[in-house]
Amino acid sequence: MMVDKISPEAQGCESCPVHHAANLKKLGVDMEEWDYVVALAGNPNTGKSTVFNALTGLRQHTGNWPGKTVTRAEGGFEYADKRYMLVDLPGTYSLLSTSLDEEIARDFILFGQPDVTIVVVDATRLERNLNLVLQVLEITNRVVICLNLMDEANRHGLKVDDRRLARDLGVPVVPTVARRGEGLEELLAAVHDVASGETINKTHKIKALSPQLERAVSILETDIEAMFPDLPNSRWVALRLLDGDKRIEDAIVRGELGDLHTEPAVTGLGGDPDLSVEAVS
Amino acid sequence: MTASTSNEVLFHARELRWEVGGNIHENLVEAIYTDAARIADRAVTRDGEKERFDLDRSIDRLVTSRIWGFPLMLLLFTAVFWLTITGANYPSQILASFLIGTVYPILLDFAAAIGLPWWLSGILIDGVYLATAWVVSVMLPPMMIFFPLFTLLEDLGYLPRVAFNLDNVFKKAGAHGKQSLSMMMGFGCNAAGVISTRIIDSPRERLIAIITNNFALCNGRWPTQILLATLFIGALVPAYLGGFVSALAVVGVAMLGVLITFLASAALSRTWLKGEVSTFSLELPPYRPPQVGRTIYTSIIDRTIFVLWRAIVFAAPAGAVIWLIANVTIGGQSIAEYAINFLNPIGFLFGMSGIILVAYIVAIPANEIVIPTILMLTVMMLGADNVGAGAGVMFEPDSGETTLTILTASGWTLLTAVSVMLFSLVHNPCSTTIFTIFKETGSRKWTAVATLAPLLMGFALTFFVAQIWRLIAGAL
Repeated sequence: MMVDKISPEAQGCESCPVHHAANLKKLGVDMEEWDYVVALAGNPNTGKSTVFNALTGLRQHTGNWPGKTVTRAEGGFEYADKRYMLVDLPGTYSLLSTSLDEEIARDFILFGQPDVTIVVVDATRLERNLNLVLQVLEITNRVVICLNLMDEANRHGLKVDDRRLARDLGVPVVPTVARRGEGLEELLAAVHDVASGETINKTHKIKALSPQLERAVSILETDIEAMFPDLPNSRWVALRLLDGDKRIEDAIVRGELGDLHTEPAVTGLGGDPDLSVEAVS
Repeated sequence: MTASTSNEVLFHARELRWEVGGNIHENLVEAIYTDAARIADRAVTRDGEKERFDLDRSIDRLVTSRIWGFPLMLLLFTAVFWLTITGANYPSQILASFLIGTVYPILLDFAAAIGLPWWLSGILIDGVYLATAWVVSVMLPPMMIFFPLFTLLEDLGYLPRVAFNLDNVFKKAGAHGKQSLSMMMGFGCNAAGVISTRIIDSPRERLIAIITNNFALCNGRWPTQILLATLFIGALVPAYLGGFVSALAVVGVAMLGVLITFLASAALSRTWLKGEVSTFSLELPPYRPPQVGRTIYTSIIDRTIFVLWRAIVFAAPAGAVIWLIANVTIGGQSIAEYAINFLNPIGFLFGMSGIILVAYIVAIPANEIVIPTILMLTVMMLGADNVGAGAGVMFEPDSGETTLTILTASGWTLLTAVSVMLFSLVHNPCSTTIFTIFKETGSRKWTAVATLAPLLMGFALTFFVAQIWRLIAGAL
């Protein structure tokens, strides 16, 4: 069905590495060793599980309603000779509140230190989805945006300028229709570039803070940087401390934040049984 | 290097918090919203027309309307069950005639030919094989129809609308509106439903949702309801109405489950689990054209095969256990006979029988095997006298008829069927769910409450139904 859509000038794409579907090898749950860990975050019901299934070849149940995935699911794939472990996080609207699903997502992005975090975004509800994106960008700059449900956006007469979005956010933005597999090759290429360090993002930071808060953040940020010189998200930690986030206060007291840059990805979660591999069917 | 220790950093943060003043959290959230709005505004343009949105909206106005919401919901679910019940009949017969009519005698002959000791062929063929064959022929066809249909409704985006309709009632019951979502999940599997209560942040409301999730009829119990409704309730009316009336009965039981969920939630939130009701916004996702092919594929792989496999995994050993308790004798009586005779008068009080209660005990690991266990026990207890020869097994190829014959021969009436259907809806959760509740709450006390409260409620419900039923029947 796709073939008749390709225009003559698009044929040249076939010589481009992005179009070699053979680059993707779905590994299912075979995750003995991996080179990179990729987290899959996003609002509920944006198609995270669909992207997850398409990349890993697994069949985690997907459903058209929020709250479908409340635990982490893990799967593997191989792309361009690198093995990736993909972790599907619970869908959340924010990372600021205290419910368990948000904490699972936040803890994994912060303490699990994935090599890349893909944020799956519903193109038909961009503004609300960006609230989560902006929070993720405060935590890590290793982000790729999967601008999903582009078919629905078109159906609803919405035009989303992905290049402009990429410029404003400072990270790669890949338009996709995950249900039909469209755009996934480009997504993989972008993930690969961020994981391997070929792309280094200069991400958007929250700008609209009140001047007093902004001043307090930069003072506290200096403190935190002095204590943990390698921490990539001292500004965000400062914001959380000012907001009185208990979990982050604990992490500082216990020195968890200080260990972050030295520990390999994911092992930081090892002991917590709640965060072990679990799929809701 | 002003701050060298962690405590100093925290202290400094506290000081700065005072200096900034105002509500920092709100300031942060507002800043995020402002930035998001600005960026989204720059990136998105609209082509004036948005008639699709309007179509979605008008469908929503209908399916979530105060007047039409509930009737439409009932109609839709009745249609699903009607399709399941009428559609499953024929394949069920074919499967039963093949697995039990054809394969079973061949296995027996084969066992005799290779000289298998009688007790081993008893355990393996009359126990393990027959139990498995029952499960497959009784459960597979309805599941093959019901699960894809249910998944289609889910993919279409209908379930959140149901949740939307129920949200208000949950709030009135003093529970969290999101409980309507975890209940929907429970209609698939209660263990998954219990895990999905993680979306509820208030511990009080989450506990209510966990304890009452069991009243959402799960995959393992739908087949029991569908089978008994078909055999006993559909049979009350002329054949052409049978499927429809059976479907109504199943919907009725499921709705009773929803009602009990509300009542139990209200009772809990007014006694042990008092507190404020939190608010949240429930998002109605857009209707999406379901991918029919993929839906059928995944619902068969994810649900049908999953449930069937679980049933077989539990049914096979249960079959062996049943054969053993039916054949190991102490003082001339089998263990099963002791248990059944002991439980018979108790079962009678609740409109059921000793066999049914023994079956519920054997079936604690998985609800899926309640009916197969009842059938196996019945056949073995009736033995040569009533149903057939040898180890008490002779099956007509027609599964529905045979099942009905076996059950009525052991004294089943309409009241028995109704009691079993009610008890299947309201009794302890399966072992997997109990374990999940323990993992999620981390509390023995609440796990015990969630396990025993429904059991007691089930006994109370069936007791009253049986007594009132007999009073009325006696008066007529």
